[in-house]
Amino acid sequence: MKVAICRYGAGNVRSVELALQRLGADIVEDVGGADLAILPGVGSARSAMEGLGASVDVLRERHAAGRPILGICLGLQLALDESEEDGGVAGLGIVPGRAVRLRGERVPRIGWAEVEPSGEAYWFAHSYEAKTEATVATSEGHSAIVEHGSFTGVQFHPEKSGAAGARFLERCLSRV
Amino acid sequence: MPLPRLIPCLDVAGGRVVKGVKFQGLRDVGDPVELGAAYSDAGADELVFLDISATLDARAAAVDVAARVAEQVTIPFTFGGGIRTLDDAAAVLGAGADKISVNSAALARPELIEELARSLGSQAVVVAIDTEGGRVRSHAATRDAARDTVEWARECEQRGAGELLVTSIDRDGTQDGYDLEQLAALRDAVSLPVIASGGAGNAGHIAAALAVSQAALLASILHENPARLVTLRDELRQLGVPLRDAA
Repeated sequence: MKVAICRYGAGNVRSVELALQRLGADIVEDVGGADLAILPGVGSARSAMEGLGASVDVLRERHAAGRPILGICLGLQLALDESEEDGGVAGLGIVPGRAVRLRGERVPRIGWAEVEPSGEAYWFAHSYEAKTEATVATSEGHSAIVEHGSFTGVQFHPEKSGAAGARFLERCLSRV
Repeated sequence: MPLPRLIPCLDVAGGRVVKGVKFQGLRDVGDPVELGAAYSDAGADELVFLDISATLDARAAAVDVAARVAEQVTIPFTFGGGIRTLDDAAAVLGAGADKISVNSAALARPELIEELARSLGSQAVVVAIDTEGGRVRSHAATRDAARDTVEWARECEQRGAGELLVTSIDRDGTQDGYDLEQLAALRDAVSLPVIASGGAGNAGHIAAALAVSQAALLASILHENPARLVTLRDELRQLGVPLRDAA
């Protein structure tokens, strides 16, 4: 299984890489050619979109061709049409919807929280959330998992969610 | 709100875990990777590593420890100590840490918080505040920072901090209970998550801290013994504190 992780400066690339290697994945550089492309993400939307550069088109082509992409945290938000972060940033536009600032609770929302319907707890660290009809699982009312065509996005960090996170990534790999 | 978090804290110096009381008298108590992995297995929600050596080569040591921990530990961890610039912070995160914490460097130059938040995201930026009698102390609590704790907490939030790690210096290592009054004042003053630190002696102390904070840092109560974390989690559940099932 060849997995490519989009590298764009900021991000949790190393942790994602280690988590996938533990599951036996072969990490490659070719985002277009890999069996699975991962769009990781910590940081801010604007610097991430700028850092992605040529990968933007490669990811759009992958999605149009129905080839799997996994977006993690900011990587999920980048797949949307736009984010209200940094005064408004256009996203990849491969998933309809937008990222909006969390309101009405302590922000950033950091810690372990259960995801419904599975009931499994994963680790979250975010200040924005996806508002999209592609949401298939929620956590305390927030979008936690998004699926749209060949794109799967998770607001939590499976690479930092211990045994539960490893099981989630294993399921992602098994579906490719 | 996410579930309350228990966060073992490991003080490191020279790449080893060390132990001290009230910042005095250090002794070697183990390897950061082995202890970190054992706490993770025992149900820790996150880990904090604080490099207290503050030597000139602290950054290189921090990157090395962060890289080794990331290879073995699959829960989030924060690295603090010796981080003075954006480059220092980016190097530690690049090695696999999830958050960095800054203390004296932010007091000396508060703009650092903005620089870190803008580049790394607020969720990666923890500001550690050492407090005694409502006043901030700096340089491993050896100096008066000439700031009010609540005012400094508000400024940290405005500048983009993602969390506050608040240590009560007069409680640290005493196991007499957290400074609940200070923690409640901070809960009301900021809308960031607050990690309570200093004074945990039993499960009741921790439950009380978690009623006013989002997480509790655990240091001397664990005695570098991961099995103690397992029993503490059971005791806290019996006290009605909802903790995650780490299986």
